[in-house]
Amino acid sequence: MLRAEGVVVSYGRQRVLGGVGIEVSPGQVTGLAGPSGCGKSTLARVLAMLLKPAAGRLTVDGVDVRRWRHRVPRELRGQVALIFQQPRLAVDPRFTLLDVIAEPLRAAHRSIEHARELAEEMGLTPELLSRRPHEVSDGQLQRACVARSLTLRPRYVICDEMTTMLDASTQAHLVARLEAYRLESGAGVLAITHDDELLIRWTGPSGGSIRHLSEMAPAA
Amino acid sequence: MATGVAGGLTRSRRRFPRGAAVTLVLLLLAVVLVPLFARLDQQLVDLHAASLPPSLRHPFGTDEVGRDVLLRAVYGLRVSVLVGLAAAVVSVTIGTLAGLAAGAAGGTLDRLIMRIVDGFNSVPHLLFGIFIVALFTPSTTAVVVSVALTHWMTAARIVRSEVLTLRARPFVDAAISGGSRRLRIVRRHFLPHLIPHIMLAAVLMIPHAIWHETALSFLGLGLPAHLASLGNMINDGARSLLAGNWWASLFPGLFIFLPTLAISALAQYWRDRSNPRWRSELQL
Repeated sequence: MLRAEGVVVSYGRQRVLGGVGIEVSPGQVTGLAGPSGCGKSTLARVLAMLLKPAAGRLTVDGVDVRRWRHRVPRELRGQVALIFQQPRLAVDPRFTLLDVIAEPLRAAHRSIEHARELAEEMGLTPELLSRRPHEVSDGQLQRACVARSLTLRPRYVICDEMTTMLDASTQAHLVARLEAYRLESGAGVLAITHDDELLIRWTGPSGGSIRHLSEMAPAA
Repeated sequence: MATGVAGGLTRSRRRFPRGAAVTLVLLLLAVVLVPLFARLDQQLVDLHAASLPPSLRHPFGTDEVGRDVLLRAVYGLRVSVLVGLAAAVVSVTIGTLAGLAAGAAGGTLDRLIMRIVDGFNSVPHLLFGIFIVALFTPSTTAVVVSVALTHWMTAARIVRSEVLTLRARPFVDAAISGGSRRLRIVRRHFLPHLIPHIMLAAVLMIPHAIWHETALSFLGLGLPAHLASLGNMINDGARSLLAGNWWASLFPGLFIFLPTLAISALAQYWRDRSNPRWRSELQL
């Protein structure tokens, strides 16, 4: 289980998260809702071990996270994948789509064949894989980001508003692909969005719950 | 309207600066080829031909001891270009390593490196350069060391600020999340983004180094006074300026001014060209 307890995050004097806790169970889709600016993305970065909270505790399958960002052991980092809200900012503009997807595999000194398979499953043709981010649409780029997040077969996938601004068919395709991965691997998914209808549809099949961040812990 | 103006500026910035390229190529060809065909005897003086104005025999005239200004200016530019290139490579290498270490590591190391940069910056460059060359006998190496040690801070600041910007970009977060170690992020994400800035800093450092070398030579602290260097020539020419011999300092001055402008124009074009989005549009 991916569990955060009493997470406190402040940006300067502005407290963004005041003692928030959340649990993401393996095999389930947990929903996280809340209005813009309430700290959903901040919590996502804490759960992905990218942001050290001022206080609180994070555990991944019972393992205490004591270090953050680069200092987290690589194996532990690979357990939690984060899909960002804006794919255009989440990819190196100098990379081709294949580089984007294969980078985690290359960093782990593994074959990139799995990246090609994932790209194919995401509907990215070989021709698209040779293009750079500014030569493809947001939807195609987000497909590459989803493929990248799955290359290391994470135990938990955090989707931070990943379907915002995407058309309905791309949205449905991305959710379906993540659902297939969840069912096949037993991974836990944290779906963060302020689209209540999507959350209900997404969390329903797995029997997961929906949490509202603003109700959990109002910022002090 | 605004779009049209912006578009016009963009188009003009993307146009290849042919004049600058031709100027630079001609000067570099002169620096490389002229010494092969016309040897300069640095000791030779000809008082019968002293202070002759520009003519067909001496296109840039002669100086107060009868030496051909054109030939000496070409030899002087050769020294300046060598010093400029060597100093630019050394200073930008030091600056890049310092800036990368400061920006990528952050924390105490960042503060320490930046205080060292502040320390070097707090001393006037020329004064510090004079102190360094005073430690050595006058030579090209002393001038290169002087220029490099007084100019690495600019590259360090540029690289550090770029790394700090890159560090905050979500794609670096994605790389960390994907298991990349710090060195890999430096190699795969930081350096490719930094190379245009580093190259630009290096290229712009060349005229700066030429100016610094000229200033040291002008003050009599660069190369030995009898050797042809642009600084020495301007210094010599300045003495005869009141006698109306304008050519002895003007032409060496132009040999500094023209490559400076040409390099700046080409560096600007290259920086714009290295932007992947524009490069892609240019290929369409």
